[in-house]
Amino acid sequence: MFYPLAGRLIPWFAAVAVLLMIVGLYMGFFVAPTDFQQGESYRIIFVHVPAAWMSMFLYVVMAIWAGVGMGLNARLSFMMAQAIAPTGAMFTFLALLTGAMWGKPTWGAWWVWDARLTSELILLFQYAGVMLLRTSIDDARRADRSSAVFALVGVVNVPIIYYSVQWWNTLHQGASVSMATGSKMAATMLMAMLIMTIAFWLYSIAVILARVRCVMVERESLPTWDEKPAAMSEAVEAR
Amino acid sequence: MSHSSMWGSISGIIRRDLLLAMRRWSDAAMSLFFLVIVVSLFPLGVGPEPAVLRTIAPGVLWVAALLTCLLSLARVFTPDYLDGVLEQMVLVPQPLSLLVLGKVLAHWVISGFPVVLLSPLLGLQFGLEGEALGVLVLSLLLGTPTLSMIGAIGAALVLGVRGSGLLVALLVLPLYVPVLIFGAGAVTSSVAGIGGEANLSLLGACLVLSLFLAPWATAAALRIALE
Repeated sequence: MFYPLAGRLIPWFAAVAVLLMIVGLYMGFFVAPTDFQQGESYRIIFVHVPAAWMSMFLYVVMAIWAGVGMGLNARLSFMMAQAIAPTGAMFTFLALLTGAMWGKPTWGAWWVWDARLTSELILLFQYAGVMLLRTSIDDARRADRSSAVFALVGVVNVPIIYYSVQWWNTLHQGASVSMATGSKMAATMLMAMLIMTIAFWLYSIAVILARVRCVMVERESLPTWDEKPAAMSEAVEAR
Repeated sequence: MSHSSMWGSISGIIRRDLLLAMRRWSDAAMSLFFLVIVVSLFPLGVGPEPAVLRTIAPGVLWVAALLTCLLSLARVFTPDYLDGVLEQMVLVPQPLSLLVLGKVLAHWVISGFPVVLLSPLLGLQFGLEGEALGVLVLSLLLGTPTLSMIGAIGAALVLGVRGSGLLVALLVLPLYVPVLIFGAGAVTSSVAGIGGEANLSLLGACLVLSLFLAPWATAAALRIALE
């Protein structure tokens, strides 16, 4: 039931995501005005900020699916949580990478222990923890539930980490260059950023649905791995 | 359940775990020696400059305390898991989270409290004195129980999993970040003369939060591991 529906939806999400990404990048790189302080280098934020937003948003969504899985004992929810983790980790890494690329010309250093960068880094560790815990446990049921507990513990911890790091940062090095260009951001800049965010969001849906299909095939096929592939895919389609 | 029997089950667990730890006191001694060795490595690596040592002291002492707690986590549940006691604990009528609370408190008495007692000595090695030493002890006193609480969640999650020693570090260390920041921050601001009260209050808040949430999460993780 879910499997074929997901299969039909993936191309649509992917197509709109690519379309919006082209529009968003075009607006970001060619239409949006040059920042008078930072010059052209600021344009990386059209990738950086949406990626950072997605990284946090996906962690919360993953934790919600994990919680639903624990509450209702639903296997599909656990599979969704499993499928979200790599995409979330990818966006976290992308946010760190683009943050470093933006930091070099702006702060003069690839890495600054800025509060936001640091909490992104710790978020990456948490994604890694969720994925590594899952792969270390052979029993699928225990792997699902253990990584769900860890994801839920993490979601309590993420805001604490964010505020502690922010406070630690201000305590240690005073007010560093803030990335907030204020609310007086040009309308086209904001527009491009929003379009990129929606594009990333749709991309995530497409990739996660595709991955969830892989997870389903993988799990359903395990007990009957020696059967003919055709019979196997029929069994999956019937679901 | 009556109030007295609740406390009775917790104190029973604590007494049992302390007795077991005393019979095998070398385990606890090992983690303390580990702490002393790790802390002593830093002056050897960084150089004996007193000003530098005083600057890095809060961070070094706190990271060393973190690692010491981490290394002793395997002892919280693994022995009981291997000899089947843990399964009995899941079956008894008392709530599992209460028994977990008892086990974690016992773990703190065995491996956290000695760190607190030893810390003034290690602080002196780094040239901390007076109020800063007091704040160091106080911050560890408030912070190490939180480390045990959070660590127990990780220890329960990796119970019986291959490569659990490294995995528990990967799971637990990111969760330790706030405690590290507030703990080391309290000592640093005390050295700087600002006073560490704000950080100490936050450490206390972390402790209360973990006392409420961690036994519950740990019990859930134990049930999953034992099913």
